[in-house]
Amino acid sequence: MGDNEKTAHSPRNRRLAGGVMRHSRSAMYRKKALYKRKKSVVQKTQVKEKRFKTKPIGGEKNGKERVVPFQKRRRYYPTEDIPRLRKHRKRPKPAKLRASIRAGTVLILLAGAHRGKRVIFLKQLPSGLLLVTGPFKLNGCPLRRVDQSYVIATKTQISLNEIKIPERLTDKTFKREKKKKSRREEDMFESTGDEVPKPTPERLEDQKIVDRQVLDAVKEVPQLKSYLSSIFSLKKGQYPHSILF
Amino acid sequence: MRWTRIYSVKMVFNRYVEVGRVAMITFGPEEGKLGVIVDVVDQSRALVDGPCSGVRRQTIGFNWLALTNIVIKIAPSQRSGGIRKVWEKSDVKSQWENSSWAKRLADKSKRRQMTDFDRFKLKIAKQSKRTIVKSKVKKLKKEQSAQ
Repeated sequence: MGDNEKTAHSPRNRRLAGGVMRHSRSAMYRKKALYKRKKSVVQKTQVKEKRFKTKPIGGEKNGKERVVPFQKRRRYYPTEDIPRLRKHRKRPKPAKLRASIRAGTVLILLAGAHRGKRVIFLKQLPSGLLLVTGPFKLNGCPLRRVDQSYVIATKTQISLNEIKIPERLTDKTFKREKKKKSRREEDMFESTGDEVPKPTPERLEDQKIVDRQVLDAVKEVPQLKSYLSSIFSLKKGQYPHSILF
Repeated sequence: MRWTRIYSVKMVFNRYVEVGRVAMITFGPEEGKLGVIVDVVDQSRALVDGPCSGVRRQTIGFNWLALTNIVIKIAPSQRSGGIRKVWEKSDVKSQWENSSWAKRLADKSKRRQMTDFDRFKLKIAKQSKRTIVKSKVKKLKKEQSAQ
């Protein structure tokens, strides 16, 4: 038993039916001759490192230095234990695109500022949301992200095979910027002001690029232009479950 | 002595279940298809066959049949091959398609197949028709009042 290279012994124990081992714990002790191989326990002297630092302090009568911890204790301790939330490692997959929605499909928006409007579907973004455009000139709907669930896909389609959507149009460009809340007193009483953020020149440019191509395709279909300019509404006697879109 | 009818009596029913009567099947798996009554089984059922319309020879209850005004000349219990010849010769298909009944059905199915875009186009067409008619009527009224 003095080799530096210890080769593994053939299995001494085996599993019987029912999850029971052939040799008991004490039998294994004997087999392995563990009475000969008693490990000496190394006592680790745990030095509690208190992380302190000495800090110079001003003032005449304060003593020139003070020992101060690196990490301050908490300012607030809750009265009740808050359950520790587990980390969510699973992320939801981006929504699968419906078979009825293809590039160039006319969609009817059902919710939001542009509800009722008929818009053209361009592509599905990595987040799962749909990128659509009015086109802006026809119904005032700009390049916009829209959720698939809030949309009716009509059977009307225009051919957008050769359309080139600027690559800089991603989920990030459409994401709203969260205003940083500052805790300073002056800012709390400042009126936030409901300002609609103005579109950036890049966005305007992208809108033009995309709309130009879309409008060319729209013009080829008679009456499609006025169709996209009009707004959808349910009429009397129309039931969405029984009509074709 | 033979009774001769001086005038024709108008009966309540004009279409009868008879051998050769073409009927439309209104229920069941063969719904919407035409078949000819080949024979009458009993008070409530008929033997129907439609070799040219894709209806297998089978008994169908009268409840499921709607009689058309088309009658073809076949013998009772005639076989499908013979029926096919008579059907094609009398051109049942065009007789049926020219009937207002068939046209109404076609219009109904067209309406049901309309997409949102089609409905929009229909609306515009109706509007333009209305304006043309209205302006014409107005013009005529004006002319009439001027007289």
